[in-house]
Amino acid sequence: MSAREEILARMRRALDGAGPAPEAPREYRRALDADTDVVELLIDRLVDYKAYVHHGIESIAGALGEAKRVIVPADLPAEWRVGDAAFIEDEDLSTAELDTADAVLTGCAAAVAVSGTIMLDAGAAQGRRAITLVPDHHVVVVRHDQIVGHLAEALPRLDQTSPQTWISGPSATSDIELQRVEGVHGPRRLDVVILPD
Amino acid sequence: MSTAFPQAAKVALGMPQLRSNLAHATGTIRAKRAKVAGELDDWEQLRSAAAAIKADVQRRMPELAVAFERNATEAGATVHWARDAAEANAIAARITREAGADEVVKVKSMATQEIELNEHFEAEGLAAWETDLAELIVQLAEDKPSHILVPAIHYNRTEIRDIFRNRMADAPKGLTDDPAALAEAARLHLRRRFLSAKVAVSGANFAVAETGSLVVVESEGNGRMCLTMPETLISVVGVEKLLPRFADLEVFMQLLPRSSTGERMNPYTSVWTGRAAGDGPKDVHIILLDNGRTEVLADEVGRQALSCIRCSACLNVCPVYERTGGHAYGHVYPGPIGAILAPQLEPGRHDDLPYASSLCGACYEVCPVKINIPEVLVHLRQQGPHQAGEKAAMGAAEAVMARPRLWRAALGAARFFSRPWRGRGFVRRLPWPGSKWTMSRDMPVPPKESFRDWWKERER
Repeated sequence: MSAREEILARMRRALDGAGPAPEAPREYRRALDADTDVVELLIDRLVDYKAYVHHGIESIAGALGEAKRVIVPADLPAEWRVGDAAFIEDEDLSTAELDTADAVLTGCAAAVAVSGTIMLDAGAAQGRRAITLVPDHHVVVVRHDQIVGHLAEALPRLDQTSPQTWISGPSATSDIELQRVEGVHGPRRLDVVILPD
Repeated sequence: MSTAFPQAAKVALGMPQLRSNLAHATGTIRAKRAKVAGELDDWEQLRSAAAAIKADVQRRMPELAVAFERNATEAGATVHWARDAAEANAIAARITREAGADEVVKVKSMATQEIELNEHFEAEGLAAWETDLAELIVQLAEDKPSHILVPAIHYNRTEIRDIFRNRMADAPKGLTDDPAALAEAARLHLRRRFLSAKVAVSGANFAVAETGSLVVVESEGNGRMCLTMPETLISVVGVEKLLPRFADLEVFMQLLPRSSTGERMNPYTSVWTGRAAGDGPKDVHIILLDNGRTEVLADEVGRQALSCIRCSACLNVCPVYERTGGHAYGHVYPGPIGAILAPQLEPGRHDDLPYASSLCGACYEVCPVKINIPEVLVHLRQQGPHQAGEKAAMGAAEAVMARPRLWRAALGAARFFSRPWRGRGFVRRLPWPGSKWTMSRDMPVPPKESFRDWWKERER
């Protein structure tokens, strides 16, 4: 018997006589209270994670700071490429090329206010996963219409089977005495630019 | 019965530095968890939903495992099945060799610790490099993890600095014990390795049957590095990690980060489904692991242990774990969850662990998937071996207690013989064979009169 068949047979044997489980009660929240200002809440949570928050297209240049070489996905809107930096489109750039970049500038798929989470699903203006990982500084643009209050509202907006990265603040660790320290292997600086509709 | 735990616990209790490190760390995380769990007014509803979803996964495991396999395969992954640790390790080693590699980078994973993948790779002449900061510390120290979430919880910052100084060849000169400096040293140490690794090994926090997706939850970005940069990715996934639907993440991704690191959300969560053109590994393997899980599934009371999402909240609140640390349990899963998982995954080998508990129930209260750990502990105690003397004593007690006249006579005798101790409340040590009982508990001194006698007197 193959391992597959044997394991499945063991499972069926283990469950012999066990009826179906009762339907899961789903009485939890699926949204925040209607009067919540989700933009304000998102900003509050991002700042709590030590991310930097900016407002409007013009602020992108400031968010990029001193960065000279900035990676962008090829479909990043032209009007977001603000400032004096060299914007390098990712056309299968090598790891070494990504490693010498100063920053990366992308959009996102959705943002969850209550947990300060920005979600990337390889969709428009986001590029492949490596470009938002190797450079040490990630600047991400979030439009108001992409911000939702609750995780349950964000999941339906994602392309489920595309590679996703959910980002909540810069890279961090709590491995030493359970004290949170920002900055390990992912981008150590996260700047979020919020664009009104 | 095995006496490994009581002996190991005794050693651990004699180490003041260990006890102070553990008290500090578990105290910190308990406060953080309580704060962020308290922020959600539907926490209890989330727990109930999670428990029910996991119970459903257990009942429908064959169907969901096959659906996961089909959907992951359609998305370009190769799905393997492993009956036990040896089979899983052999598959992982073969894939690594076929990729032309002699080393792998690893994402922190309990499943690969459970099957001792690192040790197996080493025996086969392959190297497995841990990349999670705490796992790196433990690997450098040639030690074993002592906590599910924070494997180096038993070290303080100064001890970690010394490990880096003595055992990390490229540790920066003048390294201090500032946690930020230690994290920076780990970043420098691992960066080249990440960017040049050919093969990575991971586990998974969730496996979504509906889509064939895997989910890895992490903080540092080492997970993203391993899951994104290498050409080949091998994920070892216990069959209990299944979730029916993608939307079920709306429950578990609220509960897990808040219960584990005490954050509203962990810094990074990666979700991938097979291969993606031009994005990440080109060769994606998933090893579905049994290794005792189907045995656990067969136990109607014990199977709830398979609901565990490895958050480790139960470790942090456990009065036993807080004092002994994880090593005393002698298993990769320590603490309350380990006390019910280890004896079930390896029957006959850890039958003292269900006794490593005062049954206070704090673990059940914090468990995000509502595993009734005390219930399973008692169930396993009943099933485990008992010495002839204990059986005889319990049999005699049963015979006496079942006969009211005998029981009254026994109580009368106990009151008579305990007169010298009256007023002290408790007896610390009884003579043999009672010493077996008082070795780990105090014996209350019987009162002057029984409730029954007092009631009778009052009626008169």
